[in-house]
Amino acid sequence: MNPPSLPGSTQSAEPPEREQSPWGPERRLPESTPAADAATTRAQEARVPVDLGRRKSLNGEKLFRWLTTGSGAAVLVIIVAIAVFLIAKAIPAIQGDKVNFLTEKTWQVPDRVFGVAALAFGTVYTAVIALIIAVPVALGIALCLSHYAHRTVATTLGFVIDLLAAVPSIVFGLWGREYLIDPVRDLSAWLHKYFGWIPIFGSDGPYGKSILLGSLVLAIMILPIITALSREVFQQTPKMNEEAALALGATKWEMIRTAVLPYGRPGLIAATILGLGRALGETIALAMTLGGTFVISWDVVEVGGNTIAANIANHFGEADDFGRGALIASGLVLFAITLVVNVTARVIIYRRREFRSAL
Amino acid sequence: MKLKRHGILAGVMLTAALALAACGSDNNTDSPTAGSSSSGASADCATGKLTAQGSTAQTNAVAQWVKDFQAKCSGATVDYQGTGSGAGIQAFGGGTADFAGSDSPMKAADEQPKADARCGTGNKAIHLPMVIGPIAVVTNLSGVTDLQFSASTLAKIYSGKITTWDDAAIKADNPGATLPGTKITAIHRQDSSGTNDNFTKYLSKAAAADWTYDHAKDWKAPGGQGETKSDGVSTAVAKTDGAIAYVEWSFAIANNLHMAKIKNASGEFTALSADSAGKTIASAKVDGTGNDLKMTIDYNTPAAGAYPIVLVTYEIVCEKGNQADKLPLLKSFLGYAAGDGQATLTRLGYAPLPSDVQAKVAASVKALA
Repeated sequence: MNPPSLPGSTQSAEPPEREQSPWGPERRLPESTPAADAATTRAQEARVPVDLGRRKSLNGEKLFRWLTTGSGAAVLVIIVAIAVFLIAKAIPAIQGDKVNFLTEKTWQVPDRVFGVAALAFGTVYTAVIALIIAVPVALGIALCLSHYAHRTVATTLGFVIDLLAAVPSIVFGLWGREYLIDPVRDLSAWLHKYFGWIPIFGSDGPYGKSILLGSLVLAIMILPIITALSREVFQQTPKMNEEAALALGATKWEMIRTAVLPYGRPGLIAATILGLGRALGETIALAMTLGGTFVISWDVVEVGGNTIAANIANHFGEADDFGRGALIASGLVLFAITLVVNVTARVIIYRRREFRSAL
Repeated sequence: MKLKRHGILAGVMLTAALALAACGSDNNTDSPTAGSSSSGASADCATGKLTAQGSTAQTNAVAQWVKDFQAKCSGATVDYQGTGSGAGIQAFGGGTADFAGSDSPMKAADEQPKADARCGTGNKAIHLPMVIGPIAVVTNLSGVTDLQFSASTLAKIYSGKITTWDDAAIKADNPGATLPGTKITAIHRQDSSGTNDNFTKYLSKAAAADWTYDHAKDWKAPGGQGETKSDGVSTAVAKTDGAIAYVEWSFAIANNLHMAKIKNASGEFTALSADSAGKTIASAKVDGTGNDLKMTIDYNTPAAGAYPIVLVTYEIVCEKGNQADKLPLLKSFLGYAAGDGQATLTRLGYAPLPSDVQAKVAASVKALA
């Protein structure tokens, strides 16, 4: 960037500067080949090392420091800008709402009657059910990868799990609504037939695009993040703890239960909450697999369900200025929910410092 | 150390993303690529480019017109995106669409003034009925293909009062049919849509006692299953045993769905055809003024053989104050649509305009300035 740091080019391209150059003796050296350049540099370093060091830090180092500081600051600026944007756009919509935005269930923007109650309920409920399905499976995969599977198998399987994270959510959504819906319909009927006395399976139909379908798709989507984090944590279990357990006569399962799981619990909780954060924000897969109703119901098998993000995706295209404001207001609620979840995760992680490196 | 490296990477990616976003923002306003003199193959042809969007209900019709029109007139490009009526009206008001397709008239409170403002001071945006889109009531019930419904049965199904296919009300509408006890999946459009507006208008007029949710572009009744856009509804019906839905005729045909007969005000169960839908439109009255041809449909028309659930889709254009370089192409394309274009509609699942309405539309198109 700055000529003095590139002595070779300075000398050949700008002869007038020779007079100001501190490396006078090198002027007469032949130039133009890399080898020659390197020789020059070595020669310079041998003669005036302090001078050269100072100049380097003036140019490359400082510039780079500014760049990184700028990038870091940009993150803060962006977060603040998003918050300000959400609040500024949401306020007129919430003021124009005829009912309480937080307790109203329906979304009738042209009538100025809309609220997030059903949407926020659906968002949290769907995400929690997805976690209930995903966490045990993720735990099993993570333990298999860290303690049971052969190294090569574990590497391959880990790679495949990570691959799952790379599948775009719209593909999961399509797969859910085109394929998974049929088995889920049968599963719903089965659940109702044998477990219908449990209220969450109480609906006698119709089945199909239900919270169960949405949560199953969501569970598959959050599986990789939970698996990857818990595997990392389980692998950090001190070998001595494990060997001590085995030495006391524990079987492998007892060793995992007494040494690995207690050690990894905070990390597992953190992984779960990060998965929850991901599930709360998932948009298009749920827009495609939920029934899109505005009802608060604990029933997971009946057609229905909706989330804040899915509602935004479904209504944004047709919304006018006010309608977009209303959707943004719902986005603000989602922002608040995910913020709480993420802060909780951080608090748990920081309480046990040894898990910092897992993130 | 690892963390720092990630921070740098994120910073670089962020910068790149911002730079890209800045580049991509103004692709929407294409300037016309060619001059707009009418030196095309025929006297009706003009060259240039029109950008339009709106109603998904008329997408198939407009796509066919665009194809035929561009084949006839080289040098003309018309781009129509089925983004939904509301989005189309909004794009028109914002100046990014040269005309908008809508299946409900603009709302007098906010949409109309915005559209008028776009046309310039003193000018107004007008509605040109272009396509009649009958709404088919489609079902997917294994073993039963020919169903018929009265308005009140439909209203009860959609408000959740009827939940199984062997309900007495459905049996009463379908004497002789063997109906299973399957649960009804009542599918509605969850996005804001003119199809919702017209279907609920029909329910609120023809089954006032059983339908208490009035009419709106947004679905108001609780429960049921929401789907997005007409194709979302069609595919969901095709895949779901026990489903019922309402969808534009063209989508019902394209997806081979079973269409139900609907009971009209004179008590007949009528199958959907261009002819039966046209009878309802013939009894509709124009309530716009001048060149504005906004229409009101009589869902309780006493006309014999009329299929009552129809919607009129409009093109929304500026009556005056159109961009001078786009006007010849606008007039030529809309003139084609209101003229020769009507003949291709039946094949696509739309009904052509009755001839008196067609003449009025042609006159309004001629008067565009």
